[in-house]
Amino acid sequence: MKILVCISHVPDTTSKINFVNDNTKFDTAGVQFIIGPYDDYALARAIEIKEANAGSTVTVLNVGLSETEPTIRKALAIGADDAVRINAEPTDSYFVAAQIAEHAKSTSYDLILMGRESIDFNSGVVHGIVGQMLAIPAVSPVMKLEIEGTKAKLTREIEGGKEMLEVNLPFVAGCQEPIAEWKIPNMRGIMSARTKPLNVVEPVSVDSGIKLIKFEQPPAKGTVKMISADNVAELVTLLKNEAKVL
Amino acid sequence: MGILVFVECAEGKVKKTSLEAIVYAHGMGEPVTVIAMGKVDNAELESLGKYGAQKVLHADDTRLNEEGIEAYATVITDAFAKEDSSILVLANSSLGTPVAAIVASRLNASLATNVVELPDTSSGFVVKRSIYTGKAFSRVELTKDKKVIAIRKNAAELKEVGGTANVSVFNATLTDADFATKILSTEKATGDILLPEAEIVVSGGRGMKGPEHWGIIEDLAKALGAATGCSKPVSDMGWRPHHEHVGQTGIKVSPQLYIAVGISGAIQHLAGVNSSKYIVVINKDAEAPFFKAADYGIVGDAFDVVPKLTEAIKAAK
Ligand SMILES: Cc1cc2nc3c(=O)[nH]c(=O)nc-3n(C[C@H](O)[C@H](O)[C@H](O)COP(=O)(O)OP(=O)(O)OC[C@H]3O[C@@H](n4cnc5c(N)ncnc54)[C@H](O)[C@@H]3O)c2cc1C
Ligand SMILES: Nc1ncnc2c1ncn2[C@@H]1O[C@H](COP(=O)(O)O)[C@@H](O)[C@H]1O
Repeated sequence: MKILVCISHVPDTTSKINFVNDNTKFDTAGVQFIIGPYDDYALARAIEIKEANAGSTVTVLNVGLSETEPTIRKALAIGADDAVRINAEPTDSYFVAAQIAEHAKSTSYDLILMGRESIDFNSGVVHGIVGQMLAIPAVSPVMKLEIEGTKAKLTREIEGGKEMLEVNLPFVAGCQEPIAEWKIPNMRGIMSARTKPLNVVEPVSVDSGIKLIKFEQPPAKGTVKMISADNVAELVTLLKNEAKVL
Repeated sequence: MGILVFVECAEGKVKKTSLEAIVYAHGMGEPVTVIAMGKVDNAELESLGKYGAQKVLHADDTRLNEEGIEAYATVITDAFAKEDSSILVLANSSLGTPVAAIVASRLNASLATNVVELPDTSSGFVVKRSIYTGKAFSRVELTKDKKVIAIRKNAAELKEVGGTANVSVFNATLTDADFATKILSTEKATGDILLPEAEIVVSGGRGMKGPEHWGIIEDLAKALGAATGCSKPVSDMGWRPHHEHVGQTGIKVSPQLYIAVGISGAIQHLAGVNSSKYIVVINKDAEAPFFKAADYGIVGDAFDVVPKLTEAIKAAK
């Protein structure tokens, strides 16, 4: 099996989000970057599938500028065999999808795993667009994925429940928990990651039909009103008359 | 010209977030056509006129009773072309979002999901999206002629604007390829209020100590007509089903009222609740970070406070 895992390079989930350049650029000052948490699940499942199927390979792909290489190396340390970095700023999900599809066209993968969504753009669409561009099915959000020969059995989360699916390889899946447990790189992985191939490829040009105007911060939250545990009726009164939500 | 709105149906009813999508489309001031699939009766579809739909197309092919993403996308793409629409509006969801991705690719349209308010068309066509898991917004211009917009809950406030819509059957051309992904079975909690749609959510965290104590959370939820949620460790430990997990890596809720019981308020949990209108926190630790994100707080033991609150709510009704 040839598996491709697409990872985003995103601010740590505890980061404060600020912008610079007149609110047109993300402020990276003091921010730690990580593999997107959902993408990390995809990677973990890919490694498990590789380990269960001798002769399999896992390639990780990121669309990003050179600053993302430490994140890519981390994926190699976790167990991917090689990596591709498409040398471009990931300006929007359509742009990213077009780059991934371009790469995947030239290498026939049996399985393309992604996260259900990136935690910067929160679009949840790259897998669907890549599926269309490659004319293969895309399924998201996937909670369980078992390969059975040339087919796979998947569990997809739906509102209030889940859906069991069967699909032929190749396909694209957007993953989420509990598909696999996040993997932490060990020392041997970290050492070997340094010498694993990381190929840098130039992007193709696409018109994604999206233009950033500016970023905005949400309005600041007011202060909390504390109520005594002996007087819960007061809370009910406030919810009714002040917040008007009851 | 005109706007096409895809509506999702559950148990024969059009979902509330889909009604919001109709109101949203109506707010753009162009004629609104709705496309609905599967099992839903005519009276329900006619009533969509109230929210601003002029016409409703009902693709009633029985194969659409199952929510197949590819098949739904094919029907919508087909309807978009036949209606000569310029914009598709739908609600973000585990069905709507993947459908939006496919339809936008097929139409070569500009695509924006997670949209939170009406577009600003004073210069171009600019939508506001929620990004960084609720920690920021972006304003982006959709530059292509065709546009696909997936809106987040509460992007439009439900209001009645019209009368009865004209319902007609829509015959879509579906092929085997549209059913390449086979749905083997579905498991769905019926009758419950769905978390992403709920106006009130009561969530419990690790402070609840174990699944056997969820009765008091459920009683409070019942008294309020609320859905129940939980923190990630709670679903990781199997105390509650995964589809109740709220936060960065779970469901993002946007209710009128979110009540958090025994949840510390880690930033990853807050990322899933930061678009709630009001937040109530009940925690025995006065230093719990959740209080900083709350509107109302009670420092106390959940096992004491929650039953009392349930009684007070019942008494106030
Ligand atoms: C990448 C990443 C993604 C994550 N995504 C999510 C996510 O989507 N959702 C999520 O929830 N978490 C997520 N987490 C985990 C998150 O960091 C926290 O660990 C988690 O939210 C803590 O859950 P909790 O508040 O239930 O438990 P705890 O942090 O253990 O808090 C329990 C709280 O209960 C209170 N308590 C104890 N007993 C009582 C009592 N008798 N009465 C009242 N209060 C009591 C305690 O004071 C405490 O504040 C993520 C973490 C990472 C690293
Ligand atoms: N810059 C990127 N490089 C590689 N993969 C990405 C990138 N951005 C997003 N993805 C993948 O696409 C998925 C969905 O992203 P999105 O549609 O932006 O929410 C993510 O979970 C990643 O797996």
